[in-house]
Amino acid sequence: MCLAIPGKITSISGEDELMRIGKIDYGGIQKEASLACVPEAKVGDYVIVHAGFAISRVDEEEAGKVFEYLRQMEELSEPGSAAPP
Amino acid sequence: MKYLDEYRDAEAARKFARGIARVTTRPWTIMEVCGGQTHAIVKFGIDELLPREITLIHGPGCPVCVTPVELIDKALELAARPEVIFCSFGDMLRVPGSTTDLLAVKAAGGDVRIVYSPLDAVKTAEQNPHREVVFFAVGFETTAPATAMAVHQAARKGLRNFSMLVAHVLVPPAIEALLGAPDCRVQGFLAAGHVCTVMGYEEYLPIAAKYSVPIVVTGFEPLDILQGVLFCLRQLEGGRAEVQNQYTRSVRKEGNLPARQLIRQVFRVVPRKWRGLGQIPQSGLRLSDAYRELDAELKFGVAELRVEESAECLSGLVLQGKLKPTECPAFGARCTPEHPLGATMVSSEGACAAYYRYRREPAQPAAIQGNDR
Repeated sequence: MCLAIPGKITSISGEDELMRIGKIDYGGIQKEASLACVPEAKVGDYVIVHAGFAISRVDEEEAGKVFEYLRQMEELSEPGSAAPP
Repeated sequence: MKYLDEYRDAEAARKFARGIARVTTRPWTIMEVCGGQTHAIVKFGIDELLPREITLIHGPGCPVCVTPVELIDKALELAARPEVIFCSFGDMLRVPGSTTDLLAVKAAGGDVRIVYSPLDAVKTAEQNPHREVVFFAVGFETTAPATAMAVHQAARKGLRNFSMLVAHVLVPPAIEALLGAPDCRVQGFLAAGHVCTVMGYEEYLPIAAKYSVPIVVTGFEPLDILQGVLFCLRQLEGGRAEVQNQYTRSVRKEGNLPARQLIRQVFRVVPRKWRGLGQIPQSGLRLSDAYRELDAELKFGVAELRVEESAECLSGLVLQGKLKPTECPAFGARCTPEHPLGATMVSSEGACAAYYRYRREPAQPAAIQGNDR
């Protein structure tokens, strides 16, 4: 039920903030979603959409941190290095 | 797809699994709260990548599964009325009430329609001014902003033919109820990333402190779940019990403030009965007094019903993580997705449905990206 997927905003319409609608591209499939709760989101941003409603804007910088963590973890586990934090 | 595929990388998953094995020194039991996480774990075989000491147990995080039978029966009663167009998420159609389900009501002529969004139900009301449109508002905090927006739009447009049957539930009170049970085995939690995207994670701080359990806010892809498990284990092995955020690309500490404000404007918090778990204080949402005209229970006066659950269905134990679905005698025999005894076999996020789909035979996990695990 809490399934929510990331998609890219390709256009925005709507008369005021609470009625803002975005056209969202999910890897080729386009669908509309309410952008009422992501006032900071712009065309080109990725948003996480649940039940036709964007619940957050994906933070690009944070999105890479899983891989950064993994890289550090691997480096620290090399023989001879200190134990991981 | 960007922000999905890269988190399913098989080589990275194996690296996380090795990291997990390195920090694990003794047995630990961790519960993932959300049904979406349960499905990813069973589908991708994430539990099988973990050392034998780690037990993942599946929590009550499936709103379809925990909607009480009384509310399903009210939905069935409303959906059968000739003047009503009953709009619901597709997941609810096969959930058994005390005698039948919404799909059977539809087959018998009830106007039951599947919607993707609560906002679609508002559109249906606009397009059918001479019919009564009722939306079955099921969901956790993740869904509550969309439901609240539907209420807001219906009120703003002055739609008098729109109402909703509200079955919304809240996650933190359920976590507390599980932790407060005397036989609770859970030592750490993976909290639900999308619930926390909306609500933030400040309300988990007192829970982690009171019960001395680490709570790691976790996403839904294989690498998210593995990193969440690793964070949780590092805390457990280090004797810490903190709230930690793995799903930082979506979750901020304070959550989504406009969404929280929308929820506060439209709903009030009430006690709620959970299917399989019983009454939990302050664990449900109901429309606030300002919006009582949109409350389908008041509008149609659906009677307070008292019903008994099927005695054969053990979903209550499954929802509390006390029983694996395959340990239920009815599993796969008298209870299947086609003929379910309980909601956990129906919902796409129910633990029994996940095991039925992926674990009837010796485990054949779906390939993580790269197909070479």
